[in-house]
Parts: sequence; C-alpha cells; structure tokens
Amino acid sequence: MDAKTKEQQQTQSQDSLHISGAEAVIRCLLAEGANLVYGYPGGAIMPIYDELYKFQDQLHHVLTRHEQGATHAAQGYARTSGKVGVALATSGPGATNLVTGIADAQIDSTPMVCITGQVASHLLGSDAFQETDIIGISTPVTKWNYQITKASEIPEILAKAFYIARSGRPGPVLIDITKDAQFESFDFQYEKCTGIRSYKPVPTLEQTSIDEAAALINSAKKPFIVWGQGVILGNAEDAFKAFIEKSGIPAAWTILGLSALPTSHPLNMGMVGMHGNYAPNLLTNQCDVLIAIGMRFDDRVTGDLKTYAKQAKIIHLELDPAEINKNVYADVAVLADCRESLAALTQKIEPKTHTDWIQKFKALDAIEQEKVIQKDLHPTKAGLTMGEAVEMINKHSKGDAIIVTDVGQHQMVACRYAKFNQSKSNVTSGGLGTMGFALPAAIGAKMGAPDREVVAIIGDGGYQMTIQELGTIFQQDVAVKIVVLNNDFLGMVRQWQQLFFDRRYASTEMVNPDFVTIAKGYHIEGTSVKDRPSLDKAVATMMASKKPYFLEICVEKEDNVFPMIPTGASVSDIRLE
Amino acid sequence: MENKTYTISVYSENNIGLLNRISAIFLKRHINLLSLTTSESEIKDVFRFVIVVEVPSEQVRKVVQQIEKQIDVIKAFYHTDEETIFQETALYKVKSSALFEERQIQNIIKHSHANIVTVSPEFFVIEKTGFREETEKLRTDLAPYGLLQFVRSGRISVTKAKMGISEILNTFKNNKNR
Repeated sequence: MDAKTKEQQQTQSQDSLHISGAEAVIRCLLAEGANLVYGYPGGAIMPIYDELYKFQDQLHHVLTRHEQGATHAAQGYARTSGKVGVALATSGPGATNLVTGIADAQIDSTPMVCITGQVASHLLGSDAFQETDIIGISTPVTKWNYQITKASEIPEILAKAFYIARSGRPGPVLIDITKDAQFESFDFQYEKCTGIRSYKPVPTLEQTSIDEAAALINSAKKPFIVWGQGVILGNAEDAFKAFIEKSGIPAAWTILGLSALPTSHPLNMGMVGMHGNYAPNLLTNQCDVLIAIGMRFDDRVTGDLKTYAKQAKIIHLELDPAEINKNVYADVAVLADCRESLAALTQKIEPKTHTDWIQKFKALDAIEQEKVIQKDLHPTKAGLTMGEAVEMINKHSKGDAIIVTDVGQHQMVACRYAKFNQSKSNVTSGGLGTMGFALPAAIGAKMGAPDREVVAIIGDGGYQMTIQELGTIFQQDVAVKIVVLNNDFLGMVRQWQQLFFDRRYASTEMVNPDFVTIAKGYHIEGTSVKDRPSLDKAVATMMASKKPYFLEICVEKEDNVFPMIPTGASVSDIRLE
Repeated sequence: MENKTYTISVYSENNIGLLNRISAIFLKRHINLLSLTTSESEIKDVFRFVIVVEVPSEQVRKVVQQIEKQIDVIKAFYHTDEETIFQETALYKVKSSALFEERQIQNIIKHSHANIVTVSPEFFVIEKTGFREETEKLRTDLAPYGLLQFVRSGRISVTKAKMGISEILNTFKNNKNR
C-alpha cells in the first residue's frame, strides 16, 4: 500500500469518530508523529492527562520535575531529532513556568508546540483559580499562539500549530485549551495543514540574487564565510560542504552553527564572536567578501556594528526576510531556504583555493594556540582547567558524542574545544543564554537520538537551577552523562567582575553541596575528580557506563575564558589575555 | 537619525490577540504609537490596521519587517505623509445654550465646514473630519464656549500606490489548488 492510500484510509477511519476534545488532542499529536511529550499535570489539563493514560502505549509522556524542564527537554529533543518537541502544562503557574523555555526556543528557532490547559471558558477573565493570561504573556516570545475554547477547533488549530512550528524559520507555538473544550465531544476529523494564506514560510529564490552573489564570490580575493544554525535547520550540511569545498573559502561558525561541519574539516576556521577564535574574528575585518549563511548577526557575534566588516561586501543567505538588513546591511540578500540557495550558488561559482588567504588564518591560529589553547588544553599549573576536561571528553567520545551545554564559561570552553564529527550534535542555549537549560535539554537530546552518546557539560551554577531533573533522568532511565565543571563560582560573571568591575565579586561565589551525594540520592552513579592523574580514568569510566552517570570535575576557581571581545568593542579588538 | 511620521498599514486576518502581538513589537522597541485604527479592509474578512508612529526610517523599516513576519499578517507597508491620503475625525460636544447665546459660534461652525451631528436642549455635537491642524483649530476655536467633551479618532489612511492584497491571496489560493 503506498503512503497516500494509507493516509486516505487513516483519514477515512477517523471520519466517524465522536470523541472528546482531550482525546482529539492526543490523536492530533499522534497524527503529527509526536509519540513523545514532556510535561507536568495539573487541574486544567487533567482531561488530556486522562487520555494520555489511555494512549500510553502509543504516546510516551515524560514527567519532568518542573515545567521549565519540560520545555528544555522538548527543545533538546527537537534539536537532535529535527522533529517538533512537545511540552504540556496546566494553567496558571504551569503555563508561566514554560515561558523561559518558550523564549529560548523563539530566539534559537527551535520547533516546539506547547499545550497548556486553561480554566473553563465561562471562567475566563474571572480571576479563577490558576487562571493566567498565558496568551498575553507568551505573545512576544512565540511564533504563534492561540486559545481554543471549543473542541471543534482542536484539529485545525493543532494542525496549524505543528505546521507553523516546523515550517520556515522554526519556532515555538503555544496552544491554550480551556477545560470545557477538553471535555466537550465532537466529530473528529484530522487534516494536516499544508498552508496558511497569510504566511509564506519559505521565500522564492530569485535567480538574480544568486547571479549577483556568485559574481561577488568569483571576484573575491579574501572571501570569508560565517555560518549559523540555518545550515542545520535547513538540512543543508551537504550542500554547505559542497559549497565551501568548491569555493575553497574558509568558514567559521556561530555558536548555534557548531557541528554542521566536522571540526576536522580543513576549511573549518572555528568560532566567531565574543569568545570565538582569534583568526576568524580578526579576519572578519580584513576579508573582502563576507558570506553569512543562516545566521542573524547577533551582537555577541559582531561586537561593535560600526566597525564590523565595513571593508567587505556582505552576502546574506537567509530564510527570514526580517533578518535582512536588521543588524548588518547586505549588499546581496539571497532570500531562500539555504539548502536551495547553496546548491544554486555552488553551480555558479568557480572552483578555487585561497591558499594565501587561508595561510593568514593559520598564522593567527598559531598565535592563539601558543597564547591560549596550549595553556587551556595542556596546562602546567596544578589546578584542572575546563579546557583539559573537555579535551578528555573528546579523547573518549572520539568526537561522536552530542554535547549539551548550559550557559557561561563552561559553555564557551566546551564549544571552543569539543570535537564533532556529525551535525545536530551541539545543543546549547545561544540567544537567550538560559542557565538551567542543559540538564533537561540533555534528557530530550538523548531521547531524540537514543543511539548516540549524550554528554551534558554544565557549570555548578546552571546545574543547580534545574538540578531536580535528575529525578526525571532516574525515573526514565535516560542514559545521559552529566559533567559538572565546578569552580565554586558563577564563573563568567566573576570573570566580568574581575575585568570590568575591579574584582568586586558581588554574589558570584557559590558554596556548593556535595554533588555526588545528590546524584546518588537520585540513584545516579557518580564520582568527583580533583586532580589531573584521576581525570582520564574518571572520564573513561563515565563514557563506558550504559546508565546515567554523574561526574564532577573540580576546576581552577578563577580561570578566565580567552580570547575575548569586550562588550561593545570591535572584533578587531579581540583580547588574547 | 531624524524622526519622521510614518503611516504603517497592516493587512491581516481577524484573529483574537493579533492586536496584542502587533503592539508588542512596538513595546519591545520602546516606540510610542501616535494612533492606531483598525477596521475591515476592502476585502471581506481581511482587516486593516493603520498605525502612526514617529521614528527614524531605519526603525520603521525593521518594525514593519517584524510585523509582516507574524503568521496572521498578510502584508505590512509603511508610507510617509506624502504617499498617503489621510484624515482624522473629531467630535465636539458643546452646551446648547452657547449656540443661541453666542452668535460667533455659528460662524465658527460654518467656516470650519464642520457638521452638526445632533442637537438637544442641553447639548449639541459637532463632527469635523480633516487634517490634525483643522480639527485642532476647531478645538481651539470652540474652547472659549465650553467644550463639554472632545474626542479625536486615530488616523485613517489610504495609499496613493496600489496595495495588491487580493493578488497575494489569489496566489495562495492558486498554489493551493495546484
């Protein structure tokens, strides 16, 4: 039976279903291929949970320990599986607890559908128990949101929700469903959404923009590529690789673009931005053509805009028209899905090798190696560095692991030094900088890619923001490896205090609990490492474990992350120490 | 960069919450709205927001890009005053006694080309549609006679250039039928 007849039959079999709104929600989720959801029950969403109970063979619900954890887990799942993550919560505090994850998904373009219960429609506006205006609250941080008050709206609105979340530039959608709509019975029919008249997810590629871009590239002497997550979201990794290999152009990544190209690729020049690599940052201001692919010129990437790549012609390959000329003026804007535009561009460009230009990257890299990287990865001082911890994980993962990071020094170090062989392997909170992201996101990351090793690298601060998700890891037996790089400080803030606030360490020192004991309390095996000789074996033991595993690595308390471009400074003013 | 008055026109679906979504875009950027009017447009079921702001040209462009990005927005434009035909309507409520006691008030109404909407023994209501200066002048002129109430609508505006919304909607329909 071909797919189409099968689909028709399924639709027909649903023709006569007279079911509750709550059951309809479950059937919609299943029809959208969502067989894994994260959430937390409560009064206003109980009818849906009752149906989850009935459908538990088909739809796996993961009970997180906090609604925020549900959103981050859904995000982690979406980032490694490429599918839409789903999070459920009740009204009021359940719904408001989703907001951080929704905002994170919005700024990092992660496809997610959140379903919240709401008080019964006749109570709306009466300040009922656990009533909150989650539509109003979530509006600025959702791609779309909608409140359902009648069961009959459920199929169409949920179909739209999934379509909107995953199409074009992905993002979070929140659907709020009143309790009476969940109870109400109606004739259920499901039809997938294939288009919305007011919404054009993917712009039509204009050949003239390809011609103009190709002409610029072909005449460039010192071209440079900065790519972002658009390459991953557009499943354009192969097209991207073909493009850089034919053009011979050195390429650097934004934090969310990481892993789209293997670390070992000769044209991979490292990370741009505040704690990015020396060469790509400095040479941003020396290139003659800057090709930005699926990235949005975040301020952490560009530093001072007035001095950012002013000498260069800018080509911007982008899906979202609102990103064109938002922060950096594009001489040529190529509006399209980058998989399509990259393929078209590759056809039009001449094969080249920019040997002398690449040599400049190598020369600057040698400086960074000597001044920063060598000291980070092979320190001679007594205390452990975050860099050597990450390097040890590399040694044992061989670059095959998914690395999930939180926010702060450990994140910058992990993204700088972790090695990746394949795409969709870097899960981090980029745009929003959400501490507490990593532990729950790692749960979703592992469930989204169950055959892969998932290592969460987290700071001692962020870890304690969502530490309760250890309970979820234990209950669901999610075999994630949790590494806490503990410096007993909110390290990044401390670094800024040291550099810009005259070492006034206001509320950044942490008196921490015994993390291993806490992990053991959740029946998660673990150990702590304080010295160099034990590191190798500890990491080896962790990686060999088939179960969830916790490893605390106690690192130098007051190490700083370099290179660094201070806020508001030019990328040319990158500091090595 | 210099601030300028822009009229933003937004064609959209008529969905609950869209007003909030659009106003949030201004809120996020700390932009005050000079006026906001909404009504059904020339196309049934398609609504039109007319928003007036005073911002630099760079900013109005970016804001309109963000508005147009919203799922329920079909198309958004921005125009300078020279590119649009725009009006505002004002209502003035005055004591009826003033009409009979003060001869001058009749001249004011006549010269301003305002309409008398209603007259009752206690009060009468004048309506004036025009540019801001015109409704403002009538307000100043009437003030000495005791304005009981004054209210002015937001700007309504049509553009000199074609909008082409039907074409956008037709393209969608044709693509869907294909």
